[in-house]
Amino acid sequence: MFAEASTVADKALSSGWFLEHAFIIPIIPAVAFALIIFFGKKLPMKGSELGILSMLASLVFSVGAALQWISRVNGAAKEQYVEPVIRSWTWWDSGGFEFGIGQHIDGLSLTILVVVAFISSLVQIYSLEYLRGDRRYTHFFASLTLFSAGMLNMVVAENMIQLILGWEIMGLCSFMLIGHWWEEGANSRAALKAFFTTRTGDIGLLVGTSVLFFSANSWTQENLGVSGFSIRGLSAWALTGDPSHAAITVGAVALFIACIGKSGQFPLHTWLPDAMAGPTPVSSLLHSSTMVVAGVFLVGRLYPVFFEGMNILGSGVNLITVIGGITIVVAAALAFVQTDIKKVLAYSTVSQLGYMMMGLGAGAWLPAVFHIFTHAFFKACLFLAAGSISHSASHHSFEMKKDMGGLRKFMPITFTTWVISTLALCGVFPFAGFFSKDEIIDNVGHNGYTVFMVVGLVGAFMTAAYMTRATYLTFFGEPRGASAGESHDDHGDAHATHDPHDAHDSHDAHASHGPHESNLLITVPLMILATLALSAGLFNATPFGKSWERMAKWVEPSSVVVEDMARASVGETRGAPSAIAAEESAHKDSVCGTSTPATGICYAPQLQHAPFKWAKGAMSVFIVLMGMLISWLISVQMYTKKSGFFVGLTSRNKVLALGYRFLVNKYYLDHLYEKVIVHGIAHPIAKAAYWVNQNILDGIVNSAGLVTRRVAGWVYRNVDQRVVDGAVNGSGAVARGTGNVLRPVQSGKVSQYGALLFAAAAVAGLVLIIVNT
Amino acid sequence: MLVNQFLILAAVLFCIGVYGVIARRNAVMVLMSIELILNSVNINFLAFALRNGSVDGHVFALYIIAVAAAEVGVGLALVLLVYRNRKSIALDELSEMKG
Repeated sequence: MFAEASTVADKALSSGWFLEHAFIIPIIPAVAFALIIFFGKKLPMKGSELGILSMLASLVFSVGAALQWISRVNGAAKEQYVEPVIRSWTWWDSGGFEFGIGQHIDGLSLTILVVVAFISSLVQIYSLEYLRGDRRYTHFFASLTLFSAGMLNMVVAENMIQLILGWEIMGLCSFMLIGHWWEEGANSRAALKAFFTTRTGDIGLLVGTSVLFFSANSWTQENLGVSGFSIRGLSAWALTGDPSHAAITVGAVALFIACIGKSGQFPLHTWLPDAMAGPTPVSSLLHSSTMVVAGVFLVGRLYPVFFEGMNILGSGVNLITVIGGITIVVAAALAFVQTDIKKVLAYSTVSQLGYMMMGLGAGAWLPAVFHIFTHAFFKACLFLAAGSISHSASHHSFEMKKDMGGLRKFMPITFTTWVISTLALCGVFPFAGFFSKDEIIDNVGHNGYTVFMVVGLVGAFMTAAYMTRATYLTFFGEPRGASAGESHDDHGDAHATHDPHDAHDSHDAHASHGPHESNLLITVPLMILATLALSAGLFNATPFGKSWERMAKWVEPSSVVVEDMARASVGETRGAPSAIAAEESAHKDSVCGTSTPATGICYAPQLQHAPFKWAKGAMSVFIVLMGMLISWLISVQMYTKKSGFFVGLTSRNKVLALGYRFLVNKYYLDHLYEKVIVHGIAHPIAKAAYWVNQNILDGIVNSAGLVTRRVAGWVYRNVDQRVVDGAVNGSGAVARGTGNVLRPVQSGKVSQYGALLFAAAAVAGLVLIIVNT
Repeated sequence: MLVNQFLILAAVLFCIGVYGVIARRNAVMVLMSIELILNSVNINFLAFALRNGSVDGHVFALYIIAVAAAEVGVGLALVLLVYRNRKSIALDELSEMKG
């Protein structure tokens, strides 16, 4: 046994410069932000070059760190826990509490770092063309850069305080970017809505962090020597079985509320589709790799806390899966009634985030993280393709029914990239989405959450259907509206009679161009992203066997018990876990289950992976293809042939009409929030205040007035007439004299008053000093 | 002593703030200058909290931040109303109070 133990003994882990200095990654764009704000307008490219260079530098640093992490994992023993690279400095300390700042780099953070830096770079390059000549060009690049800096900072965060910092920077920047064109009322309302809705959730973040800090601090200080804000400390603490059930549950639920707000989960998803008011590159960045992923990332980051707090795997249902499951279906249903192409994509994002949450809630940690990874590429590509259409074909309109159609002939590259990403999103076999989304559904079922597996399959069907509808409306059929107006002369004439947009188009500056392919600054990012939408799934291609599961090897933390120094001295001998690990029978005890052995610490709960079966994969692909086919047939009937049965069906059939109205009004959630909650709470308070004012305060005032009048009458007769009048007349004369003297001082100039105030304060200060010395 | 630098910084900020209040015409600038003054006071509090090793100064500073936020809220509302009525926020034109 000893000989065996030595073969699996822990090896020393390799490290490297990029890994040790990963904290620089968010600092680069943060510095670039400051430079752009101060000097951007004077630079030849108005500051955009700084933004792009900083993102590319971050990308190089992230990839370097990721490569070094891979060699670190490859160098480790089989069952060894690969320590994350953690560095921490004191940020500030106050009243005995120490707040740190630093880095916590492991597979999860590196995955997100690379994705964020990569997508940010491409989006900024794309914005060069998309926002050319914008009135706030420099500010746009500045906010975009700071936005990425916020996300990167959140991802490298060593502790909750640093994480909140990044989280809030993102909230602020999303406000600035969504409201970039704030001259239009709708845009600034959307920005405010996004800000307030996510802020509502953020209360949960503060509450959850505080609850966890005060419950965990003494344990982490004693055993790990880190504060209760530390992510590593919290993870270890959550899995010990030491924390009280109430504390960790409250903490986890509060944190999850923040994730609901940030990641657009039901019922706080209403801000996300409105956020489409921002420029398309912003939507692309916001929906693929930053902002909305933050909530999912937080759950993945503090997974042990949620694992224990929500009792994941311990019962057939928990808050995270329920919210995720509801979100998938609710958002997918909404995507059917949208006519705005970006809103379809927005609801699809909400629905996909539901998948990630559901996966996390059902113990499918790795598939969920992998889905973040693949989803970022194809969703960014879809948004950028939508932007390309509005930029070059439909005159900045996103209305599919009015202004698009038949564009595949004019925009071959945009069309091809869109179709590849759509197939990836739907989860058709060789594309990226299949490997991640199917893994989620598969593992959810494997872990015993059968209902949610069905929800996932229904969601996959709906996804395929609404994406087919959107693709059909955009690229097939006859061109309509703005994209048809001046396609060709004969074409334009044919439509001129029944096209209300022609008048608008004829005096448009671009009238001579017609719909055409966008230029290279737009198509190259599209092609890069489409390539990844095609191939990113191969990073964890479970169907092809163990050797293809690279993501599982590099990213998923091992759940082996790690012997820590403080506890080792208590009694147990060091090296015991690895010795046990060699023995298959005792193997169960050495990994972290629901209760960890009292002598060790582990940082990740034990999770299982569902074995891949081709039958299951084929079934879900079949469901997806059915969704596409049905949706295609209906779309052809409805939008091209204008079949009498489908057109106007929603207004003829009562049940369908009701459902349609319900969806168009987004389940009346906005009404609920604005009319019922805001008014319901504000109005009764106002009414109550009014009642108190009328009945109680007025009563007091009136009776007081009565008494006063009696007294005053007596005083008037006896005191006033005789004593006071004389004094008053005298003082009146004095006042008038002084008034005349002081009148020039009352110039009405505020600044002069200010000067007098400070002069007086200075004199008073001098007097004070003289008196005291 | 480290505290000295803090006090000097606070004094400089305070003087800039006073200058701003007296010399600027734009009401928003004046509000910002008032913020500077308040923050210079904050720095003083923190500097002395550091020297005396107590938390009291921190607590005061937090209170001041909260109060300052409220003050700016009211101030900006006033500025907004003035702007709506006069289409200008130049303070030297506001001399209705002339005695």
